[in-house]
Amino acid sequence: MNAATFAVQLLNGVQYGLVLFLVASGLSLVFGILGVINLAHGAFYMLGAYLAYWLSAYTGNFLVALIGGTAIAFVIGLVLEEVFVKRMIGRDHLAQVLLSFGFILVIDESRQILFGKDVHSVPPPDWLKGSIQLTELLSYPIYRLALCVFCLIVAAIIFFVIQKTRLGMIIRAGAENRDMTRALGISFDRLNRYVFAGGIALAALGGILVAPVSTVFPGMGDGMLILSFVVVVLGGIGSVAGAAIGALLIGLTDTFGKVFFPQVSSILIYVLMAGILLWRPNGLLGKQGH
Amino acid sequence: MAEILLRAEGLHRRFGGLMAVGGVSLDVHRGEVHAVIGPNGAGKSTLINLLSGDIPVSSGRVTLGDRDVTTLPPNRRAMAGIGRSYQKTTIFQTSTVHENVRLAAQAHSGHALRLFGHVVNDHAVNEAAEAAIAEVGLSTRSGTIARFMSHGEQRQLEIAMVLATRPRVILLDEPLAGMGQAEAQRMIALIARLKEARAVLLVEHDMDAVFALADRLTVMADGEVIASGTPTEVRSHPAVRAAYLGDHGEVA
Amino acid sequence: MAKLPGATHVSSRFYRIALVASLLVSLVLPFVVPVYYVQFLSKAMLMGILALALNLVVGYGGLVSLCHAAFFGLAGYVLALTSPASGGASIFITLPLAMIVVAAVAAVIGALSLRTRGIYFIMATLAFGEMLFYLFHDTKIGGGSDGIYIYYEPEAVIAGFRLVDLGNKTHFYFVSLGALFLTLLFLKGLVGSPFGHALAAARDNERRALSLGFPVFGLRLAAFVISAVIAAVAGYLSAAQFGFVAPQMLGWHLSATVLVMVVLGGLSSLVGPLVGAIALMGLEEVLKSLFDNWKLVKGLIIIALVFLLPGGLQQLGALVMPERGEAPDTTGEAVEEKAHG
Repeated sequence: MNAATFAVQLLNGVQYGLVLFLVASGLSLVFGILGVINLAHGAFYMLGAYLAYWLSAYTGNFLVALIGGTAIAFVIGLVLEEVFVKRMIGRDHLAQVLLSFGFILVIDESRQILFGKDVHSVPPPDWLKGSIQLTELLSYPIYRLALCVFCLIVAAIIFFVIQKTRLGMIIRAGAENRDMTRALGISFDRLNRYVFAGGIALAALGGILVAPVSTVFPGMGDGMLILSFVVVVLGGIGSVAGAAIGALLIGLTDTFGKVFFPQVSSILIYVLMAGILLWRPNGLLGKQGH
Repeated sequence: MAEILLRAEGLHRRFGGLMAVGGVSLDVHRGEVHAVIGPNGAGKSTLINLLSGDIPVSSGRVTLGDRDVTTLPPNRRAMAGIGRSYQKTTIFQTSTVHENVRLAAQAHSGHALRLFGHVVNDHAVNEAAEAAIAEVGLSTRSGTIARFMSHGEQRQLEIAMVLATRPRVILLDEPLAGMGQAEAQRMIALIARLKEARAVLLVEHDMDAVFALADRLTVMADGEVIASGTPTEVRSHPAVRAAYLGDHGEVA
Repeated sequence: MAKLPGATHVSSRFYRIALVASLLVSLVLPFVVPVYYVQFLSKAMLMGILALALNLVVGYGGLVSLCHAAFFGLAGYVLALTSPASGGASIFITLPLAMIVVAAVAAVIGALSLRTRGIYFIMATLAFGEMLFYLFHDTKIGGGSDGIYIYYEPEAVIAGFRLVDLGNKTHFYFVSLGALFLTLLFLKGLVGSPFGHALAAARDNERRALSLGFPVFGLRLAAFVISAVIAAVAGYLSAAQFGFVAPQMLGWHLSATVLVMVVLGGLSSLVGPLVGAIALMGLEEVLKSLFDNWKLVKGLIIIALVFLLPGGLQQLGALVMPERGEAPDTTGEAVEEKAHG
């Protein structure tokens, strides 16, 4: 492998990791703040990709798809929280697993009814078409680079919100100690609603962003769900920094695994997870209880 | 001097930057109640958890008889002969008194995890359970579901569960907390009986009970031992008077 | 333990009558219903075994596992991969082999996943289960995503004498019934045994179970492996029934569906999951015949179940049946403790 191919694979790995981070940090925050496990997270990723396909086919404008799709997912999240998820807080995990499994079936079938089950591709916006020449023989698509930059901006916003704002302080306090936060007189109802809707929106955003670089297909949510779980197990629940580290680790492991060990690449990330579980059962940045 | 059953040497426990227990050493002798007292946050509960293995030590050594149990997890320490009660009563709320204690007796019956044979037919275990129930005076309540009993009775049940594991050392974390006068008197009498042929370590805030029961006292403050000895020695210890008993003038 | 099957919520005489009646019905049924339903009933019983296996971990162990379909499917693959191209494999060799392979895999997955608690455990089991899914989906070991056929059903032949013909639908029905009966018998013994009581104790109060001296990790691991091995029996027979295995058999959607069966039937009783399996599969049959988008309806029913019937069908039963002792306590403190412990 020469330096240029390596650079391309590195970029692919980072890009994959960044998208994974967006999706997984949404999942991790919902766990951390609401204490609710959401198996339907991957379904919203899939839904985002189909919304991207549908909106950009209708309007011919990817930007509209990006904003519209994310907004639709956010609103769905608000409604689901208000109607169902709110009643799940404090219920046992089994009930949460079943509820979100029910969501998956409903979302999958709704997608079937609305968009069909065909595989689609979504064109990137015109101004991001084309490639950048890295060397004489290698080029890299501009959209993928823009995708990386966009993900980094979103990641920076997430970090800024969590680290620097009052909302972020509440979120951090909530992930650390719910009772204490409650004692401070902070309204959990509103926090929960926005965190849940925000988490769903991040999942959909991930799906929208990858639509132009991969195919849009019905089963795409499942794979993403599992990977997001692995990211959260690696990084620790409720830790955005942990999700970032976990996502990049998996993005790189998967990308380079496919290059170096094509036979076992699909198993590699689980081996990584097994190793982390042996070493730190609560994740790299999770609270290590006794 | 009576045989030392439980010995702690230089126990430390850190939680992040906080030193909850900093270098505690103490001996618990057979046939004695060793009380640990001190203000809230002195590290008494952490000390019990270090001795029972619920929390691993940062450094130091715990020996049971002549066996080093420092690295054993709580279930292995229980098998080795350390029984404990918790500050918050820890029993199986939806089971009967007998079922609770039978489970404890089963753990130490030699076939604790057998995959066959129904538990109700194990006569040796049932008898051991009933004996422990009788020892705490709950025989008439054997068939009662635990959560329908009074707080004091639930405490007695917890002690019966500990007894059914045939411990050599019993660790009691505030056994009198939340009890009425009559209940407390019954519990004090029970604890006084527990020490026969066993060693008891008692963490308690009720000073009347402590001075009624303790053969030996250790006073903790800020995670460290500030005084240790017989109740009379400790009572007159200047550091204790200043740091602790000063707030409870009635005992001094 | 108040929640153990000894304390059934339905009066024990009714229980016994129902048991005898359902046994009689199940013996007569294959001779009176069309062959399609004989096959359907066999399938439902195998799902019932899988649900019973899962409930040992979920109901009695308090651990929500999402990888039991992987054990189920793995056993099917063991049969598929050991079946010779000409003629059937011996059930007396391949079934124990499937059980051993699954036990070994479950021991590794269990040992790793049980280092975690609550949500982490759910995620870890899901991820490891999917690892097995991708192992068969992405590699050529078992025909990739297309799966592989088992052209000859396994043979049960001792010294040249054929005990049963698994290709015969009625024979297969009785083999499934026998496996189901043995599973029930085994689990009934297990949950009443010292092991079963210790397992339930660890579920209800892990800290107390530890301080009494029970090796909670080992207990749970043993329960996890036992339950995986029972799931393997169901998966093996399922593969034999259809003559085909595909990665979907290991997928977590099946694990989640079996969880629905368990909850539908009720966690707190021994036969509940079996009732739940038969009820859900019957429901699916009806929905399939009524709606094109039947999964949408299934999803809505599951959501309704979570809110309206958290105790499962037992809750309905409790409305009409005389109760004994306490009401089933499925959302009480014990579950709470395990969920957040």
